[in-house]
Amino acid sequence: MTQSGTQSGKKTPADGLTRRRFLQTSAATAGAAAGAGVLGAPMIWAQELKDVTLNWAGPSYSVIADIAEKASADLGFNIVPQTVESTALMAKVVNQPETIDIADLEFWAMQKVWRSGQVQPVDVAKIANWGMMTPLMREGKNFDGSDLSRQGTMPAEVMYIAAAGDTEFAASPTELATIMPTIYNADTVGIRSDLIGRPIESWAELFNPEFKGKTALVNIPQIGIMDAAMALEAMGEVTYGDKGNMTTEEIDLTINRLIELKKAGQFRAFWSTFDESVNLMAGGEVVIQSMWSPAVTAVKSRGIQCTYQGLKEGYRGWGLGMGLMGHLDGIKRDAGYAFLNWYLTGWQGAFIARQGYYSSVPDTAKANLSANELGYWYEGKAATEDILDPYGAVMDKAGAMRDGGSFEARMGNVGCWNTVMDEERYMVQRWNEFVSA
Amino acid sequence: MSSRSSGGVSRLSPYLQVAPLALIMLAMVGIPIGTVILLSFWESDGIAVFPTFTWQNYAEVLTSPLTLTLFLNTLKYALITLAATILIGFTCSYFLVFHVRNLKWQIGLFLLCTIPFWTSNVIRMVSWIPFLGREGLFNQLLIGAGVIDQPLDVLLYSDFAVVLTYIHLFTLFMIVPIFNSMSKINPSLIEAARDAGASPWQILTGVIIPLSKTGIALGAIFVVTLVMGDFFVVRVMSGGQSASVVSAMKNNIDQLFYPVASAMAVLLVVVVLMMVAAILRVVDIRSELAR
Repeated sequence: MTQSGTQSGKKTPADGLTRRRFLQTSAATAGAAAGAGVLGAPMIWAQELKDVTLNWAGPSYSVIADIAEKASADLGFNIVPQTVESTALMAKVVNQPETIDIADLEFWAMQKVWRSGQVQPVDVAKIANWGMMTPLMREGKNFDGSDLSRQGTMPAEVMYIAAAGDTEFAASPTELATIMPTIYNADTVGIRSDLIGRPIESWAELFNPEFKGKTALVNIPQIGIMDAAMALEAMGEVTYGDKGNMTTEEIDLTINRLIELKKAGQFRAFWSTFDESVNLMAGGEVVIQSMWSPAVTAVKSRGIQCTYQGLKEGYRGWGLGMGLMGHLDGIKRDAGYAFLNWYLTGWQGAFIARQGYYSSVPDTAKANLSANELGYWYEGKAATEDILDPYGAVMDKAGAMRDGGSFEARMGNVGCWNTVMDEERYMVQRWNEFVSA
Repeated sequence: MSSRSSGGVSRLSPYLQVAPLALIMLAMVGIPIGTVILLSFWESDGIAVFPTFTWQNYAEVLTSPLTLTLFLNTLKYALITLAATILIGFTCSYFLVFHVRNLKWQIGLFLLCTIPFWTSNVIRMVSWIPFLGREGLFNQLLIGAGVIDQPLDVLLYSDFAVVLTYIHLFTLFMIVPIFNSMSKINPSLIEAARDAGASPWQILTGVIIPLSKTGIALGAIFVVTLVMGDFFVVRVMSGGQSASVVSAMKNNIDQLFYPVASAMAVLLVVVVLMMVAAILRVVDIRSELAR
């Protein structure tokens, strides 16, 4: 290539010819390489695990290329990651099920997706680490053995079915899981602690006139309305029967109040994507808003003081599970189970811990973290050295502690779960009204 | 045309000529729109769609006061953008055609107008955010110059930001057709008007504007349809604080309520068609183009 470059630089009449010859040569080389690839390919095995390719689809915070790469290397077959945001994924699962093999579905999505019959149940007996799974996910029990909040879609509520083919969920654990729980977290508000300069303890602060024009909500109707409901309830204005499943009267009340607040100029923006929420916070447009944990991490790694503030009314919990698509059978299903089992062995749990999420089998994840990381991410201890994010960037300095404290303090205090309401259609319509008010 | 044709082949030829485009339009426009119309009459339970005929989606869309708000809001954006782009497009083209006499300069300056279009729409839009933000360049400039002491919030995440971005994105669609029809104006017409004693204003309103009408109408169709169909600019530049017809539709699509979104889409198509028809009524583009 260098030779042809210097020749064409001379502007000789042979210039064009040289370039053409160069192109011919490289085409020939490429052809030869491709030919060698075909000829050099090993004989075709009939139905061997290593020839399987699994299409693994899910949202960007769960389906991560690094994880697929590591899993492919460990398992010896090919896992192809495909990023599809949760709402689009639901549509894909229902309408184009054959384009996916493994789907990372939100628990709330199960309420919509399961009855389509496109996802096959996971046989609990085939998941080696199922017994080690945290009771939070497996049984819907808190650390002290009490029931978790059932406001919204608590994972265990949609996790089991009594018999294959059931479209209704079973009330208590069975041997057939709809999806296998993977990652989860407790969400709260992000604040710019440097700009606020005082402690923030309640969801009510989201609608405090002190932060007029400096707050934001997430523009995903079913999540935004829950954050608003947490705030209104904390202000003592309303007490909801179930924030996760409001009646039309409760929806009206909430949206009317939101419209009032919007007209009074309380909100700076309603964000829809991860990066929007990061930029709102980092740019100082907003000092308190609904936020995801990795977004707070992203703001922090820019050297800006941002806190994921735990609040006394509790967190809004969410979780994801892996579903085996209905069309998987034979060797492909075996590969699917192998992948699911690999997922709970700790490497992924540790990877995901570094972006602030918990693993459904915390013990294996913990074993893959360093003592410093374990203390910071799971135990609420001060970091003994710098904390790195999954990609090696410093996200917190030595001495810092995780916002909200330990795993038990955070996950043990979930007030409600991300969900889909029965009156969803009406709610989305009223939410549109709020946004356009 | 048929009077000129004698044999069967030439009678067929106009059909053959339109066939490729007709087929493409049918496949790429006709079938999707047909599907949307069909879907708008079906039932949905928030995940699956059932092929059962219902008027409910239209009833919901047409009876909701939200629909009117959304359309009025979108129309407001369209009209403000239209007025601004016509003003800018007309003055730019006027300058290029009547002040720049040298053809090389004319082409050079015209190409200059297209430079922003070498990057993507999204980049051109997003680049306004750091400029207009609370801690953005413009606010810092104003504060530094002592004009204001509190940053202006209205610059970003507001209707102002949305309209500004539309104007920035869509002005070229106005400049090109106006430039095109202006450059077709015979200079001797203007000379004749001047010889007949017309003032520069009279020349502008009596000669140039009527003869540029086609360009303005074509540009208006581009701008109106682009603004009416947009959701991304509204969402990003208003910080999600304003909604347009399509952004509300997007919320419905995200929640998998496809039939309601389809009903809304059909309504939007009807409204946009009426607007285009109105523009075509004012200016007979076909006869003007044949000129």
